[in-house]
Amino acid sequence: MELLMSILIGLMFMAATYLLLSKSLLRIILGTAILSHGVNLLVLTMGGLKKGKAPLLDTPGLSAYNDPLPQALILTAIVISFGVTAFFLVLAYRAYQELDSESVSKTRGHESDDD
Amino acid sequence: MSFLHLAIFLPFFMAMLIPIFYRWTKQLHTGWIVLPIPVILFIYFLTFIPQTMDGVVTQTMPWIPSLGINFTVVVDGLSLLFALLITGIGSLVTFYSIFYLGKKKERLNNFYAFLFIFMTAMLGVVLSDNLVVLYLFWEMTSISSFLLIGYWYHRERSRYGARKSLLITVFGGLMLLGGILLLHLITGSFSLREIISEAALVQSSSLFIPAMIFILLGAFTKSAQVPFHIWLPDAMEAPTPVSAYLHSATMVKAGIYLVARFTPLFAMSGAWFWTISLVGIVTLFWGSITATKKTDLKAILAYSTISQLGLIMTLLGVGAAALHFDSWNDNIYIGAIVAAVFHLFNHATFKGSMFMMVGIVDHETGTRDIKRLGGLMQIMPITATIAFIGTFAMAGLPPFNGFLSKEMFFQSMVDVTSLNLFHAETWGVVLPVIAWVGSIFTFVYSLIIFFKTFGGKFKPHLLPKKPHEAPIGLLLPPMILSALVVITGLFPNLIAKPLLEPAVKSIMPSLYGTDYSIHISFWHGFTLALLMTAGVIILGMLLYKTANWWKPFISEKVPAFFRWGKAYDNGMYYMEQGSYRFTLWVMTGWLRTYLNYMLTAFIILMLGTIFATDALNFDLSAISRVTLMDYVLVLVMIVTLLGVVFSKSRITSIILLGAMGYTISIFFIVARAPDLALTQLVIETISVVLYLLVFYHLPQFSNIEEKPRWLSVKTFISIGVGLVVFLISLSAYDTTFYDSISQYYIDNTYTKAAGKNIVNVILVDFRGFDTLFETAVLAIASIGIFGMIKLRLARRGKNENK
Repeated sequence: MELLMSILIGLMFMAATYLLLSKSLLRIILGTAILSHGVNLLVLTMGGLKKGKAPLLDTPGLSAYNDPLPQALILTAIVISFGVTAFFLVLAYRAYQELDSESVSKTRGHESDDD
Repeated sequence: MSFLHLAIFLPFFMAMLIPIFYRWTKQLHTGWIVLPIPVILFIYFLTFIPQTMDGVVTQTMPWIPSLGINFTVVVDGLSLLFALLITGIGSLVTFYSIFYLGKKKERLNNFYAFLFIFMTAMLGVVLSDNLVVLYLFWEMTSISSFLLIGYWYHRERSRYGARKSLLITVFGGLMLLGGILLLHLITGSFSLREIISEAALVQSSSLFIPAMIFILLGAFTKSAQVPFHIWLPDAMEAPTPVSAYLHSATMVKAGIYLVARFTPLFAMSGAWFWTISLVGIVTLFWGSITATKKTDLKAILAYSTISQLGLIMTLLGVGAAALHFDSWNDNIYIGAIVAAVFHLFNHATFKGSMFMMVGIVDHETGTRDIKRLGGLMQIMPITATIAFIGTFAMAGLPPFNGFLSKEMFFQSMVDVTSLNLFHAETWGVVLPVIAWVGSIFTFVYSLIIFFKTFGGKFKPHLLPKKPHEAPIGLLLPPMILSALVVITGLFPNLIAKPLLEPAVKSIMPSLYGTDYSIHISFWHGFTLALLMTAGVIILGMLLYKTANWWKPFISEKVPAFFRWGKAYDNGMYYMEQGSYRFTLWVMTGWLRTYLNYMLTAFIILMLGTIFATDALNFDLSAISRVTLMDYVLVLVMIVTLLGVVFSKSRITSIILLGAMGYTISIFFIVARAPDLALTQLVIETISVVLYLLVFYHLPQFSNIEEKPRWLSVKTFISIGVGLVVFLISLSAYDTTFYDSISQYYIDNTYTKAAGKNIVNVILVDFRGFDTLFETAVLAIASIGIFGMIKLRLARRGKNENK
């Protein structure tokens, strides 16, 4: 399972990088979203998968639980990346309004030399 | 804090008060107010003569004791000689400048403040025993010299000269600091005397040669030795009193001082002997030849200074051989050290007076160009006398002091050929030959200075002003110096016992306690040195007469390699151009370029580390089993990924991204993380809604066809990143190191925190701070979004302008 997840995470990073390197602002934001998904999955995978039950103390006497700490960390990470993504999106929206362009080559400051 | 420390800082304190005096006393020339300071210091330092004749005076003041840095002042013969030159010529220069600089036209507060800061710095250099303190004062001389050269800062040439001298001397200063730190590494001390007392340890160290090279670089740049001499001619843009003081008598001798000071430490090595002798002799030769082709009097004097500094340097280099002989009284090589110290004194006197003489000529005729000057002998007889004494002392003619030191110089050069050390018996003959040729040219430019200015035809139509004899105030300081030139020329033993002997003893500390004494005789019999002087005079006369014939040859046929100034200019130009081009090339301004750098660096560093530390590790024993469900989920994820990346329409991309998020939340369920699944579901929904909201306002993907090259770079980098992350996650997955700390949470969630949902208890109880600031992040993001949408300052400004 972890091997499979590693392959998947590698592919997600690959896709995210590919999108980050594109010209369109929206694609870059999609890239950051995929990147944060990839990181979340990576944290979870590294914590170990399917080691036991869900971390809820409803079954007395059972001591084999999945590691709860990575889950807490990911929960925090999801919320933070949501906040940042929302901010980026509105930033892209405003940038488009001001610059009339969605291409990052327009955000160069001075003369836009597109290649 | 002793009187000595106060004496060093007295000019500095005065420099702080000068602006106040300048403002309050408009009638009185500021120079009169500050003049007592160097005079008092000069008298104060004179009182040290009896003490330094048989020992040293040490005063110490803690500065940074924890680092072994104390402000220790040591007065010995060498320091005292310098201190007397600094304060004595400092007094004369201050006096001279009162008459040279006009009260109304010049910003005298700046001038005297800079000059007195320089005086403190110079006293500090020669009196400090602690090398860090010495370095501090060393840089202070560079900075105050920079300020003084750029005194007339509205002139382009002044700024150029000031910058050039600062760059070169500060380069040398930093090298010196490196040398000091190396010596500290070897001996563990910053005190010069302690380091010298461990000379054997230093000589056996592997850092000996680097330390020597660094310190010599500092000395050579300061003392204008080839090829670092190029700053000195450009420093002639400074007011003439500054040139007389800094660039002939004191600051340029700081390097000489340093070499003399470090002689007991380094002189046992052949590298020291050869480096200093050769650099000195080349500087002597080059300076004297170049001086003959200049037409500006100050430029001639600048090259003359370079050449004479080379002479002193050579003597110090040859004198290093004296340390290799046990007995002192029949040691002929110590004669070189005596000659160096004697010439150091002589040069300060006659070169100071020469600069002042040139200043007078400039002041009274309005030009320093020897093509326009001539025939001033009758009009300015006193100035002509001063010039006569100065030039012929410089040329090395009797009865002036330059003659004696020149004779001693030749004698030392002849003695080198009989030295059985450092291969001097085969190569040593180079030194006297070059020295002799250099001296001939010294004679020639001395004749040029005197006869082109004061001899020949008077050309009043070429002069901007009608010349007349200078006021007594301008004449007095050079007259005093000329008197010194003649007196020490006729009665050299007046200064030999009180000044020169202690100085020689401090360069050769093992002389202390011996009955060594210097006797300089005016007439020393028919020796080879005397014949050489005769040859210099005869050939010099001939060359002067035929100057028109050979001068074009040396001024035009110089190979490009020897145009050092040009090399500096080109170096500066190409460095600026190079860094400009490099910045333009690297800093493209595009986000993707920088992302490329970062991601490439990430790939290279990570792959490099993985392979360098042999970290690849595929331990698949602990992995959990894969079900059909997992395969399906991963497959769905890969399909959505491909869709997001390659879709041409943004709505497809956004929907597929949402699908990916939901798949991940299903995956969280499979991985037994119910809270994560819940949050992921909600957040993904909100995100997709947000994307769709923004989507409504954004244009279609700008599907500009990317260039194939860029596309392949992009593909290559993303594959690299994916591969690296894959390798890392695979290698890092190794649970055999140690157990997770989570058992504590599982055990105590209910008993200590009264909860059953372990994840939630961690979030709000065990690690509640994370949650607090995560809330803060959300708050900041929402306030930021609100601000971005509401604040439209730029547009409002535009509307107001309309």
